[in-house]
Amino acid sequence: MARDDTANDAGRRDGRNLPYLLVLPGIAFLFVFFVVPLITLFKISLSNKPDRLRPEYDFTWDWGNFSAAFTDFGGQLIRAFVYAAIATVLCAVIAYPLAYFIAFKAGRYRNVLLGLVMLPFFTSFLLRTIAWQSLLADAGPVLSTAKTFQLDGLLEALQITQDGRLINTQLAVIGGLTYNFLPFMLLPIYVSLEKIDVRLVDAAADLYSSFGRTFRRVVLPLSMPGVFAGTLLTFIPATGDFINAELLGNPTSRRVIGNAVRTQFLNQNDYPAAAAISFVLMAIITGLVVVYARFLGTEDLA
Amino acid sequence: MKRRPLATWLLYLVTLIGFAYLFVPLITIAVFTFNKPRGRFNTAWQSFTLDNWRHAFQASDYLTAFGKSIQVALIACTIATILGGLIALAISRYKMKGGPALDLLLVLPLTTPEIVMGASLFTLFFNQGVRRGFWTIVIAHTLFCVSFVALTVKARLRGLDWSLEDAAADLGSPPLRTFAKITFPMIVPGITAAFMLSLALSIDDYIITSFVAGNTSTFPREVFDSSKIQIPPQVHVIATLIMLIAVVTIVATTVAGLRREARLKR
Repeated sequence: MARDDTANDAGRRDGRNLPYLLVLPGIAFLFVFFVVPLITLFKISLSNKPDRLRPEYDFTWDWGNFSAAFTDFGGQLIRAFVYAAIATVLCAVIAYPLAYFIAFKAGRYRNVLLGLVMLPFFTSFLLRTIAWQSLLADAGPVLSTAKTFQLDGLLEALQITQDGRLINTQLAVIGGLTYNFLPFMLLPIYVSLEKIDVRLVDAAADLYSSFGRTFRRVVLPLSMPGVFAGTLLTFIPATGDFINAELLGNPTSRRVIGNAVRTQFLNQNDYPAAAAISFVLMAIITGLVVVYARFLGTEDLA
Repeated sequence: MKRRPLATWLLYLVTLIGFAYLFVPLITIAVFTFNKPRGRFNTAWQSFTLDNWRHAFQASDYLTAFGKSIQVALIACTIATILGGLIALAISRYKMKGGPALDLLLVLPLTTPEIVMGASLFTLFFNQGVRRGFWTIVIAHTLFCVSFVALTVKARLRGLDWSLEDAAADLGSPPLRTFAKITFPMIVPGITAAFMLSLALSIDDYIITSFVAGNTSTFPREVFDSSKIQIPPQVHVIATLIMLIAVVTIVATTVAGLRREARLKR
């Protein structure tokens, strides 16, 4: 394989090296800026911080940072995972019918609708979240509409509002996460639905399968890879996100794990603690993904 | 399906609500460009004005930051598209050893939370004594775009007919010419799509950027860091302008597509 590394004009013979040459720059980049930093981060997570005021640290195989991550930041961890899990489920519930409609019912407007679904991608993530601040504000359109129809009592009873407020509640954070990650759920589901051979659905109908039964036995199983990919693309970034919590949440719901990592790193300069929290976060995510993949079958992301 | 009109109507209804959910915030942004805010935040509706559009380019900090975002995105996504595109081409075109390991290396950056990626890059730059700024942002953005481009292009390349390349070679076409005339045109649509999407990812990134930016401000950074202090309405104008460009592009490509279809039918 590595008989001659120098490119020559021997034609086909060095064609065997070609794919390795093609991937080399990209792999080198990923290695230097992804693999190496992760290893560095891991090393830091096992380090000590002798001086509280200086960012420097000593490598000591100190596993204490990891237990501290659980004891000091357990609440943040749980909160982040609960928010992300609820948001992911909501995303799937909202995205699936939309993707289904675009894939099977939109006809020649399919591409327009698909483009429109992508539109949030081209609008600032932060401004979309700030728009929710306006929408959910105390005098905002959502609450005033609810008041006009005298639904505010009902909302309060259902604990959708707290003390008559929508903004700065946990629900607002979850709603923001759901909104912001919806396209990441929708697109993979759409892709897997679009691949389904319509003749299979027709065949089921010809054999007198009801719509619901065809959906359960044919369409849903075939679209599971999309749901799987969408879940990962939504859940993983949602657990680390702190923007929605920061802009839409209250002081309690603002305390999510992403914010903890950020403040430890950028404000407290406590790199060992922050590194340990990062790894705990990654370990839990990896564990959950493995379990989830077992349940749904391991179809790769691409 | 004709036997179940109720399910179909339900689907239409849910779709309608879904699209409304997607678009209400976008419309809100556009509407608030016409707001005359009282105080420092443009979040509560006061009264109609055209001033924000007339003085659209007066929020100079935001404009400079936006320019920076565009620069970062163009450089990072070009590098990422080249690196990622080459990987995708190699994986889907050739048989390679270590394919699964390569796939894992590509998927991992996408399944790593941004906060962890940002933190790990921060420690790398800190340890090496690299001053954080424009180029560290470019590196970070290239990083999360490489995997994204490689996987998207790979998905698009699946099922292309590579025997066309052999045919060209058999007809005496030299490799570079075959690449220019056969391979490149085949892979261009996938690569363009990946490039556009990675541009959107890069321009919008806040979390990773906040770790590696130093004093350099990108548009999301400027907006987020000042979001507790002030949000001038011009920010909404800038966002609306980008949205308009996207809408025009979507409409134009759709119309062009429909026209081409009509011409083919004739």
